[in-house]
Amino acid sequence: MFEVISFYLFSFLTIAMFWIAVTSSQALHALSALAAGMIFISGFFFILDADFLGAIQIVVYSGAVLVLYSFGMMFFDTTRDIVEREVNTLIPSVLSVLSAVMVVLIFMAPIVGDNIISHYPVIEGAGNAQQVGMVLFTKYLIPFEVAAIMLLVAMIAGIVLAGKKMDKSLTLMRDEEIEIMHERDRKAGL
Amino acid sequence: MDAYLIETVIKIVVILLLFSALAGFGTYFERKVLAFMQRRLGPMNVGPYGVLQIAADGIKLFTKEDLIPQGVVPAIFKIAPVITVATAFMAAAAIPFMPEFTAFGYTVKPIIADINVGILYVIGVMGVGLYGPLLGGMASANKFALISTARAAAVFISYEVVTGLSLLAPLMMVGSLSLIDINNFQAGGFTHWMIWSQPIAFVLFLIAAFAETGRTPFHLIANDHELIDGFGTEYSGMRWGLFFIGEYANMFFISWVIALVFLGGFGDGSVLGALALFLKVSFFFFFFLWTRAAWPDVRPDQLMMLCWKILMPIAVVNIVITGIVMMF
Repeated sequence: MFEVISFYLFSFLTIAMFWIAVTSSQALHALSALAAGMIFISGFFFILDADFLGAIQIVVYSGAVLVLYSFGMMFFDTTRDIVEREVNTLIPSVLSVLSAVMVVLIFMAPIVGDNIISHYPVIEGAGNAQQVGMVLFTKYLIPFEVAAIMLLVAMIAGIVLAGKKMDKSLTLMRDEEIEIMHERDRKAGL
Repeated sequence: MDAYLIETVIKIVVILLLFSALAGFGTYFERKVLAFMQRRLGPMNVGPYGVLQIAADGIKLFTKEDLIPQGVVPAIFKIAPVITVATAFMAAAAIPFMPEFTAFGYTVKPIIADINVGILYVIGVMGVGLYGPLLGGMASANKFALISTARAAAVFISYEVVTGLSLLAPLMMVGSLSLIDINNFQAGGFTHWMIWSQPIAFVLFLIAAFAETGRTPFHLIANDHELIDGFGTEYSGMRWGLFFIGEYANMFFISWVIALVFLGGFGDGSVLGALALFLKVSFFFFFFLWTRAAWPDVRPDQLMMLCWKILMPIAVVNIVITGIVMMF
């Protein structure tokens, strides 16, 4: 009974939160609703006894939405409503609804066709984290490693892009030195 | 089923009341400890030795007008302190506060939810607690609060990596994420404590814990040198008090986690073990206050440099060495 109650509670909360995230024109409302929705999703994992995934959902998405907050802080006055330029709203909404339906169909069709068979039976006596690890390091080893390499590439690219002149500190330099540095940059066409 | 339900509800109420009260006492202890370290007496006027200062503060906070200033985002402004407190207490759900004991022929497990990923859940939910200062600062129409929020974001992206990586090495040795399993792994006594086999991880996690709870030397979110309260500048009354309850509850809970993971926890589960656990937790709580009296704050860029350039590589090397030692 608890499962049913909590399932409907979390379903309602998640949908309500994402509804606010999409419709609100107040950046803080939208971002907070997004974060709350992401965290409420972890409730479903806990209901399904996938504790590990539930905890990971909280850890990963609370950090990810925080980055969005930082962008919000940089680009908007978050205490004011954001006035969007009104363009044709029909085409984007139709396209997004269509693509959402497509994604659901792509993922659901094989499952419905196979009548839900679990290929990897639950291993008796292994904990949640161990089971994820077993699948990750046998069946999905190559995608896992490829993802790791992609993340490494992205990290190095991020460091290279953001790390220019990281060894210089404007607070420690004298005004003339800063002026000379800017002059040199201008000549180099940066 | 009914007995389980009633037991859980009682446990939740006890933990909520106990730690809200302890947070109040925490402010008193902090003022006293800081005062003694600075050769002052601290609160002395209300009650014997100033003990009733907590009650006076409580009355003041509860009866003060709940101001919602103009220009803020009201909904977010109101909910931000609640997030700090709620996540702090949610994290407590997976912490075993004491060993199992039998009262009136009924065995009580002093843990609300014994999930098998306890430590991950505790760290994750505690991390969400930083949303309180973040939202509070962003929702207030105040420049200093907004700058404080930017510092909160800097803290958040710095310490989380260190927390996770420093915990990974001990967890590899235990082979489980449950705090009870981690405790039982060290049940053999003093020499089996994790701190002897993982001293580097202990130091790293301790540093990350200071950042996680936002205590000095990482108290840069609410920067004391600005003579205002950072994200809490626009708050008044109990909403401001909620930030404090969350901070102190977090300090207690992270002390529990450190004692459980690195210092043997409650050991074999005897009464002596439970007492030892309380002593360890008290020591770490005192250590938080001691550090505040002894150290200045660091700058955000120094914190980020410390976490990313120094602590993270050490944590990674620690994991690799642990892995090699475990393999052979």
